[in-house]
Amino acid sequence: MNLDDALQTFVVESHELLQAMEEALLDIEHSADPVESINAIFRAAHTIKGSAGLFGLDGIVAFTHVMESVLDKVRDGKVSIDDDMVALLLSCGDHIKALLGGLSGGQEHIDPDMASIGAALIERLSVYLGETAGKTVVTAGHHPKVESAAEPKVESMGGGFVETDNWHISLHFGIDVLRNGMDPLSFIRYLCTLGEIVGISTSFEAIPPAAEMDPESCYLKFEINFFSDADKATIEGAFEFVQDDCIIHILPPRSRIDDYLHLIQELPVEDMRLGEMLVRCGTLTQRELEQILVIQGANASGQVQQQSPIGEIVVEAGIVHAPVVEAALEKQKSVKDVKAQESRLIRVDSEKLDNLINLVGELVIAGASASLLSHRSADVQLQEATSNISRLVEEIRDGALQLRMVQIGETFKRFNRVVRDVSRELGKDIELQISGAETELDKTVVDKIGDPLMHLVRNAMDHGIESTELRQSRGKPVKGTLRLNAYHDSGSIVIEVSDDGGGLSRERILKKAIDKGLVSPTQSLSDQEIYMLIFEAGFSTADKVSNLSGRGVGMDVVRRNIEALRGTCELESQEGQGSTVRIRLPLTLAIIDGFQIGVGSATYVVPLDMVKECLEMSGEDRQKSREHNYLNLRGEVLPFVRLREHFREKGQAGPRENVVVVQYGSQKAGLVVDELMGEFQAVIKPLGALFGNLKGISGSTILGTGEVALILDVPSLIQQAASSESKMALVQA
Amino acid sequence: MDTRHRLKEYEMVNENASCHLRLEGELTIYTAMDMKQRLLEPLSTCRQVDVDLSQVSELDSAGLQLMILAKREATRLGKDIRFVAHSPSVVDVLELCGMMSYFGDPVVMAKGDKQ
Repeated sequence: MNLDDALQTFVVESHELLQAMEEALLDIEHSADPVESINAIFRAAHTIKGSAGLFGLDGIVAFTHVMESVLDKVRDGKVSIDDDMVALLLSCGDHIKALLGGLSGGQEHIDPDMASIGAALIERLSVYLGETAGKTVVTAGHHPKVESAAEPKVESMGGGFVETDNWHISLHFGIDVLRNGMDPLSFIRYLCTLGEIVGISTSFEAIPPAAEMDPESCYLKFEINFFSDADKATIEGAFEFVQDDCIIHILPPRSRIDDYLHLIQELPVEDMRLGEMLVRCGTLTQRELEQILVIQGANASGQVQQQSPIGEIVVEAGIVHAPVVEAALEKQKSVKDVKAQESRLIRVDSEKLDNLINLVGELVIAGASASLLSHRSADVQLQEATSNISRLVEEIRDGALQLRMVQIGETFKRFNRVVRDVSRELGKDIELQISGAETELDKTVVDKIGDPLMHLVRNAMDHGIESTELRQSRGKPVKGTLRLNAYHDSGSIVIEVSDDGGGLSRERILKKAIDKGLVSPTQSLSDQEIYMLIFEAGFSTADKVSNLSGRGVGMDVVRRNIEALRGTCELESQEGQGSTVRIRLPLTLAIIDGFQIGVGSATYVVPLDMVKECLEMSGEDRQKSREHNYLNLRGEVLPFVRLREHFREKGQAGPRENVVVVQYGSQKAGLVVDELMGEFQAVIKPLGALFGNLKGISGSTILGTGEVALILDVPSLIQQAASSESKMALVQA
Repeated sequence: MDTRHRLKEYEMVNENASCHLRLEGELTIYTAMDMKQRLLEPLSTCRQVDVDLSQVSELDSAGLQLMILAKREATRLGKDIRFVAHSPSVVDVLELCGMMSYFGDPVVMAKGDKQ
């Protein structure tokens, strides 16, 4: 196992844990029963500490240790969790993230700034520890578990107690521990952070003769006499990462002699030797050992001791408090659950997925060419075979694309924290509502949508939602609401950011736009067009510039980012009621179902999801369409574009023309074409930068014949159809 | 952790059936294969082996096992192996595991630290 990989995994997992911790922290504020959340937070901190210890990242271990101690108090109900603490723990999470970010090549680089942040946080955390420090001392004085050990059962067992006040930990590491990238010594070092190792005895009898000894196997066993105030679950937790590979026995202070007998019998070390080791590390006195050996002799009359299964930490049920046992079992269960969940997921390098998608793209093109040839050959059997292949290719394509699909929920959830922090900063009370979190979209799109969304969310909080006083005077609920919503709509995914704030002021935007010379005062604009002006570069109506937004850079950047993803923005607003920004993005960036159309000698492709219906253009319509660019579609006005004219195709249109009705968002338009050629799987090949300014084309694809077809940019064509129609109308009027 | 395990050639001086072996770099799982051979090799030829640990930057369980193995092997063959000039990281591990007395070698801290 390469350690760099392991470290990478550690960093990735830690980030996930921190994310989970953050969610749980934010959850505490709302949830009625925060116990589960607190446990989740504790687990996250604990696991990070444990793993960091394995890599010898002492800075992270030291920091998380303090954090864990505070959380432990919270869990025990000794400290109650309040807003300040949530804020503090959130900052702690950020600090750990920063520490993880400082890792390179497995070394910690803590710069002075970070160190001082860490120190300040630890100081703030210590306040919580300080309050209860007195209690800790008391518990240290007498072990709470001792009393419970005094159960009547002892008498019947015929065994006394072992005198020691210390824990006894027996570690028999599995042979593969070293190969699995773990060093037994690091566990012992970690143990030192929980208490004091009073005595230790290292057994190496298992090392085979030199010739057979494999230097990468682990043959060491340790018996440790350990003094600690920690409870059994905590000590067990130290070995969480090796419990599958090892036999670990933890005996609480003053266990019954009988328990040591069990220990000696269960462990695969020669009896005498282990007994000696126990004496050597100070757990047992010589007298106690003799006693045990006598009992053992008596028991040896054919009783078969059950071997404890490897990996299971033996919980000596009679000794510890029932809750401790429960907690331990619960913990094991939760660890198992997590593992089971993990095993259902596989981490795959995204590059491998990209390669797969590329190959599938090539397969689609090759398949198209094969099926074209089979149609030409007029061989029915061949056609059948190729159509089968096409169907399978289609399924493979969908499956491969599905692999890249992720739910948008993760991205949305991140905004919980943003909304919380920003609303505090602004002194507003804002609640985030999330819906459609399970909507899936392409991973690359998700990665790129974060920044624009962040901008929109901040903008809505800063400018959209009014201050508390203003809301009160307007008779609105004091708490502002911000909504993030996502859903699928005809081949695209729609993401909405809406607020219940003041909405956009039509007059103010128009005035500003005229001032800035973006529009002329005589222009008549629809509401929609006016709202869209805020997406123009250098436009800001905010009366005062806050440190969040309002500098006039931003909304145009948002628009450009979204357009780079072949998406569009829409804005809807009602003054006094709030506004909604609607982002519409293509579902995938790689392969689409297309509809092939012919104009003259050229072939074009329209994304199939956008095609509503196809009509034949009647003679009457053709007559009329010479005068105006719209059709009567069952009583509805349908503007259209003649692709022949749009692309300046030479020659005359044939005797028959067809109309493809396309829809994007709420707008419809007709595309007048010569020929309808049917469905086609199009692998999108981006056009070079040279064609970046080309209107009406969004990409290209390769047909089965090897020819190149252009993919039509439906949104821009629809817009063109609508605007040219309104211009014509103006001219005629 | 630094996975580069640059392991410089150790010096082996044969002085009347007594060898001086100088280990450098990590004595860990990463170098264990090499180190096993290097530690055991001189035992077959020399009667007494001094192993200089002053340049051992890191010692882990695998390294500790090898030290134990070498010691045991020496005893079996009726030879003598001594670990000398323990580096701080070696001392640290031996103390942690309570193995100091097993080897019974005098430990002199480098750079004039107390004995």
